[in-house]
Amino acid sequence: MSQVPSGLRYSKTHEWVRVMPDGLLEIGITDHAQRALGDLVFVETPEPGRRVSAGEPYAVVESVKAASDVYCPVAGEIAAANTELASAPERINQSPYEAGWIARIRPDDAAAVAKLLTPEQYSKLIEAEGD
Amino acid sequence: MAFIPHTPADIEEMLAAIGAASIEELFDEIPASIRARPLTGVPEAFGEMQIGRLMRERAACDGLPLSFLGAGAYEHHIPAAVWAIATRGEFYSSYTPYQAEASQGTLQTIYEFQTMIASLTGMQVANASLYDGASAFAEALLMAMRINRRSKSLKALVPSTVHPHYRAVARAITSHQSVKLEEIPYCTETGRIVPEALVRYEGEDVAALAIQQPNFFGVLEDADALSDWARRRGIPVVAIVNPTSLALLQPPGAWRGGADVVVGEGQPLGVPLSSGGPYFGFMATRMEHVRQMPGRIVGRTLDTTGHPGFTLTLQAREQHIRRGRATSNICTNQGLMVTAATVYLSLMGPQGLQRVATACHARTAELLEALTRVPGVRSAFSSPFFHEVVLRLDRPAAPVLAALARQDILGGIDLAPYYPELGAAFLACATETKTTADIEAFASAVGAALTSQHAA
Repeated sequence: MSQVPSGLRYSKTHEWVRVMPDGLLEIGITDHAQRALGDLVFVETPEPGRRVSAGEPYAVVESVKAASDVYCPVAGEIAAANTELASAPERINQSPYEAGWIARIRPDDAAAVAKLLTPEQYSKLIEAEGD
Repeated sequence: MAFIPHTPADIEEMLAAIGAASIEELFDEIPASIRARPLTGVPEAFGEMQIGRLMRERAACDGLPLSFLGAGAYEHHIPAAVWAIATRGEFYSSYTPYQAEASQGTLQTIYEFQTMIASLTGMQVANASLYDGASAFAEALLMAMRINRRSKSLKALVPSTVHPHYRAVARAITSHQSVKLEEIPYCTETGRIVPEALVRYEGEDVAALAIQQPNFFGVLEDADALSDWARRRGIPVVAIVNPTSLALLQPPGAWRGGADVVVGEGQPLGVPLSSGGPYFGFMATRMEHVRQMPGRIVGRTLDTTGHPGFTLTLQAREQHIRRGRATSNICTNQGLMVTAATVYLSLMGPQGLQRVATACHARTAELLEALTRVPGVRSAFSSPFFHEVVLRLDRPAAPVLAALARQDILGGIDLAPYYPELGAAFLACATETKTTADIEAFASAVGAALTSQHAA
């Protein structure tokens, strides 16, 4: 069973969002997503300062099986990217919700997070997908 | 017998399964206005005997002229072993096989080729080749745009000393992706880019800088200064190089500012002129940019029993995996030409290639001296050159070159259509294949043509 920590919000395309104390949103891919992808060999992180809209690909994760776009759950500006992933993409496999964060964004609308899936809703979604 | 695997009955069955009435119906969504119409004026098919005769007649049209043409395709001596090996049945296929790993020998050849190109260009990694030098340049510009993620301009600075055909091909391929090619003027005295010409781009958002070394005129650019200017501003450098010249010149990887993508035409490495093709393009880059590189890449690995083997690698960049977001729709390479180049480079070795390059330069120096002794001919530029030179005449070049052609001498390329500001000028090349007698014959034919036209 994949982990779905409480206190985070989720997207249907398997990204998670954490609201940080300073109002930035930390984003990454879920435990379910990293399991489905397998061992990651490369992560392309976004350039800070870039504007992204909700649903836009902002990063690429490449595993031994495939390369996949990672979609931004809410619109905003990239404030920081986890540059350590360049040399250690396996952080996403080992710690998808902590060391494996991909980017931090400054949301255009902080309330947009509330429209994302709750841990309960996301658990149901991946259960339906056979997790 | 038809070599088509599905019979009319198979087709009927497949159409029934998907609920389509006819094959035509599958193309319904393509508007009628853009459908291909039947080709008119295409002659009936020929038999083997007739087509063999036609091809021999066409081949004979090239004749055996004494050629001083360069401008991107060069006549070099090709050791007999090159094509004896490259046309062996085991190699004689122009593509990476569909079950690539089943053909370890082919993959190893490509791997050796990549290693040689990386070594020649002073870069870390090369791909399995592209179609030709011009399309490789276009791909390199698109790759530079992907590397330069900070730039929003999609504007590449392309000196007018880059081959005119390369610029035209790059414009055709990149314009639909909104890339803008901005031409940098050159100095008509030196035939090279003045690094100061870049000053006006200070502070502008520039996505890439192209440098051809040696440039279209055969002149050596100040690659150190140009690449350094780009490096200091975080602008990726796209280098276009002649592979033979790299045996003598600094490879782009060693330029003061380095290079991010290095491309070029591979024809000088064992591929005959063949009326213009097929040739092949090569491309090399730094390891940090490998995921932005188009084309196929062969890697060396260990199999499950620990034995070394070769495999296509980094395929997640390619269109069969990444679809619309692939680095390129290039999915093949010029396998046969690359095999010839690999054999050529193996036979030559670094010293052999250096001797070829040195001989080319010496012959061209001799050519320049012989031609500028002819009244009415002078050297256009004062700069160092590799194996091509621009010569200025005291009257239009086209009729002079036409007079030479009537004596079976191809004297060079008339530059008037491409660089009218140079006046009457043509570009000539001498490789190691030319003797002193050839050069003297060329010079006296030029002298005779100028005298007779003067009289006329």
